[in-house]
Amino acid sequence: MDILVCARKVPDTAENEIELNRAGNDIERDDLVYSVNEPDNYAVEAALQITEKIGGSVTVVTVGGEEDDDVPRREMAMGAHHGVLLADECFQGSDGRGIATILKAYVRRNHFDLILTGVQGEDGAAQVGGMLAAMLDYPFASLVNSIEVVDGGKLRIGREIEGGSREMNEIDLPCVLSIQTGINEPRYVGMRGIRQVASIPIPALDASDLGLDTALVGAAAARVVRIDYFVPPAGDGARMLTGRRPEIAGQLLEIVAGKGGLN
Amino acid sequence: MQYPSPAAATYWLIQGRTLFATLYILGTLCFCWIVAKRLQPLLRAQRDPRFDRPLERLRNVLQYWLLQWRHPRYPLAGTLHLLIFAGFLILAVRAFAMLILGVSATFVPPGGPAYDILRAYAATAVFAAVTVAALRRLIAKPARYQAPAPLGKGRSADAIFLLGLIAILMLADGVIESSLAAAQNRSLPLVSLAWLLRQAFASRPPSALHNLYLGGYLLHALTFFFLLCYRPFGIQFHVETSLFSIYFAKLDRELLKPVRWGIPAENLDRVKSFGVKTFEDFTWKHMLDFYSCADCGRCSDQCPANAVGRALSPRFLTTKARDYSFRHYPVVGSAGNGTPLVGNLYSEGEIWSCTTCGACERECPLLVEYIDKIVDLRRGLVDDGRVPQALQKPLKALEVRGNPYGKLERKRADWANGDVSVLAGGGTHADTLYFVDSITSYDDRIQAIGRATASILSEAGVHFGILGAAERDSGHDVRRFGEETLFFALRDNNTQAIRSTGVRRIVTSDPHAYNALKHDYSEVPPVEHMSQVIAREVRTGRIRFEPLANRSAIYTYHDPCYLGRHNRIFDDPRYVLDSIPGLKRVEMSRCRDRSFCCGGGGLALFHEVKEDERMGVRRVRMAAEAGANVMVTACPFCMVNMEDAIKVAGMEGKMAVIDLMELAAQQMVRQAVSPALERGVN
Repeated sequence: MDILVCARKVPDTAENEIELNRAGNDIERDDLVYSVNEPDNYAVEAALQITEKIGGSVTVVTVGGEEDDDVPRREMAMGAHHGVLLADECFQGSDGRGIATILKAYVRRNHFDLILTGVQGEDGAAQVGGMLAAMLDYPFASLVNSIEVVDGGKLRIGREIEGGSREMNEIDLPCVLSIQTGINEPRYVGMRGIRQVASIPIPALDASDLGLDTALVGAAAARVVRIDYFVPPAGDGARMLTGRRPEIAGQLLEIVAGKGGLN
Repeated sequence: MQYPSPAAATYWLIQGRTLFATLYILGTLCFCWIVAKRLQPLLRAQRDPRFDRPLERLRNVLQYWLLQWRHPRYPLAGTLHLLIFAGFLILAVRAFAMLILGVSATFVPPGGPAYDILRAYAATAVFAAVTVAALRRLIAKPARYQAPAPLGKGRSADAIFLLGLIAILMLADGVIESSLAAAQNRSLPLVSLAWLLRQAFASRPPSALHNLYLGGYLLHALTFFFLLCYRPFGIQFHVETSLFSIYFAKLDRELLKPVRWGIPAENLDRVKSFGVKTFEDFTWKHMLDFYSCADCGRCSDQCPANAVGRALSPRFLTTKARDYSFRHYPVVGSAGNGTPLVGNLYSEGEIWSCTTCGACERECPLLVEYIDKIVDLRRGLVDDGRVPQALQKPLKALEVRGNPYGKLERKRADWANGDVSVLAGGGTHADTLYFVDSITSYDDRIQAIGRATASILSEAGVHFGILGAAERDSGHDVRRFGEETLFFALRDNNTQAIRSTGVRRIVTSDPHAYNALKHDYSEVPPVEHMSQVIAREVRTGRIRFEPLANRSAIYTYHDPCYLGRHNRIFDDPRYVLDSIPGLKRVEMSRCRDRSFCCGGGGLALFHEVKEDERMGVRRVRMAAEAGANVMVTACPFCMVNMEDAIKVAGMEGKMAVIDLMELAAQQMVRQAVSPALERGVN
């Protein structure tokens, strides 16, 4: 099975102290460390587990700037077979629809049985996967937390639904799935792994390589524009439970049950 | 009757000489075949240069093999083993002489009256010792011989069978000796085994005595060769292999095994696979360790991971590998293919449960190595991307930010409130570098240890500075968790930063950083732990302490693994404590090189292992049992683990923990009080 995984870079929340910029319309980006969007690693791991079982290839594609070839490279260190970078000045400032348009152009020029995305970008809106599926006229499932390949060009997939329940679906291939983070435990990529793929060239395709109409992408075509960023005002503080241990436990149980936490 | 010759006697129509010659040849051939098969995996193993420094190795043989140095650490089992071992050495001459008697009618055994008395008592002592040892296994059943089901099977049956065979050997020898003495009407050493048997045989006619003599001889020869060929099948193999295991034992225990022997670090990127993934990835010496393990259980008895119910028990790490080797390299049939060890033989939890505290290695009478094997197995897991999720984030942060918390580099010196000069890039020079390391730089609680250290150094008049933003994590535990490549990056970064400052020495308050700088780094100035610095300054009189205000406090010192066991710094911290007037100190039963790990440092703080109880909780209880209400430690990680443990154990108010730096800074007589640093302490 040939699988495409869409991945990208985000400011790493574990390694940064995120602060707003002075204008209040973005975060302070000096001193930031970027990493592959964590949920995308789960999508790559899911793809690798499928190909390890039944064969095929995993391609990782990223839409970004010229320096973003480290994203497909890192996922290749994880075990992906191919990496592609879609980069063009005119892609800058694209909204979700713009990104989906770029990805669609790449998918149309190749053949993939299955397309995976992370459940969402850590700074994103979880919209590209669905839009890409619509543009390709492929079936789409979100929040997928299990994948099983069944014969006859179908997948059996599990989805997480409210309250921790799970539903099972069959979905026709080719399709687009957004992968929930609990689906697996992504393998570790150490420095040695990265070093070993450091010299592998990552092909970069621009708008003309993709045959893209530049009017459909970039800041000018964006229909969603971010206008503000703010830190929500602090709510009420923590509540300290007092009393003897069994009493505290009783109070805690009540609170959790009251908030619907014990079904 | 002189020594009647079994060689000249007839056994069921066969001449003794023919019978015994056949037995000897068959037995020897069989033994050689089995040993050749046992050597087969060693020839396929990784290289391991152990042929250097013969004098040091012979010294180890003398101390640990001949003198059985570590055995008395377990008094009863140790004494029994010493008796059996000494008996074996004494009886070796006799045993070979007896064998020759079977094929030569004219041979006269060497020795004399003195040797005859010595060997009579040696055989008696061995017989008594194996009897007590077997009864101990059967009746007393010490806990360390038990085998919890998921880890492996117990070997008490093997052990008792072996003890039984030894007892038969001693009895046979006694029968030979006593029947001969009775026939010759000769007396035997009083109350020896042979003497007792002679009393029983006293009234037998000469023909019966002759038969007893020949029967005893046959039994002795058969048991001897059966034992010889049976030994390479289990724990009893150590009789042959221990000498080699100890001769080839690791000499520099403080150095971690490189990824591959003989491959320089710069070529490591070209190595296809890191660490131990299949059995053949072990070195030949590590395989020899598997053969040599006598399953005495001392390692697991001391292992803190085993004590708190983690998946790890070092004894089974070894015995499972030995079983694997016997299965895959059978005595009859061809060798099997290498299967991945972790996932089959070992569980991932088992491999990640070790804190590398070193208690097992410190205890093993046969000097079996564990830490290198654990680290090698982890290197294999890291290479395959099989790293617990909880460790992936801190590892990534170490790679990107140089600390496991993902905090900004420029905030690394914030703990000092600007009171300590930053050497790297700051243009300031100093003689001494205080290497702070990540936890003391960033952890809110532990920063106090940094400030205490700085105030002690200032008070002692040391001209010192820190690296500040240029410092990276020492990488000590990164390396011990198997991430060698990341460790190299951290080490190279620090080495360059340290060298660029031109300092002549390094001090640190963190035993993990101390161990890394001292043993894992090679091109940095000499390093000292602060407990050594303080002890020296107390001796010179530059540091003096005020009497302790709280006279009801009873202190106990907890030896951090990487200060004590791994670097043998036991006395300096105790000397510092005892220099504080009015300080009452008690020792825990597990102290010095038997100290009990707090739960592990570095990445271990990020990794929750499945366990019944925290190691720290165990340790805090041990302190309470010793009668202490204040624990003093000298390691930031111990501090974190102990403070948590006190809360978990519900012992707040009954037990407190303080770092040696904090206590010293608090009690120090101050000549010129520096207000800035004064503010900083606490």
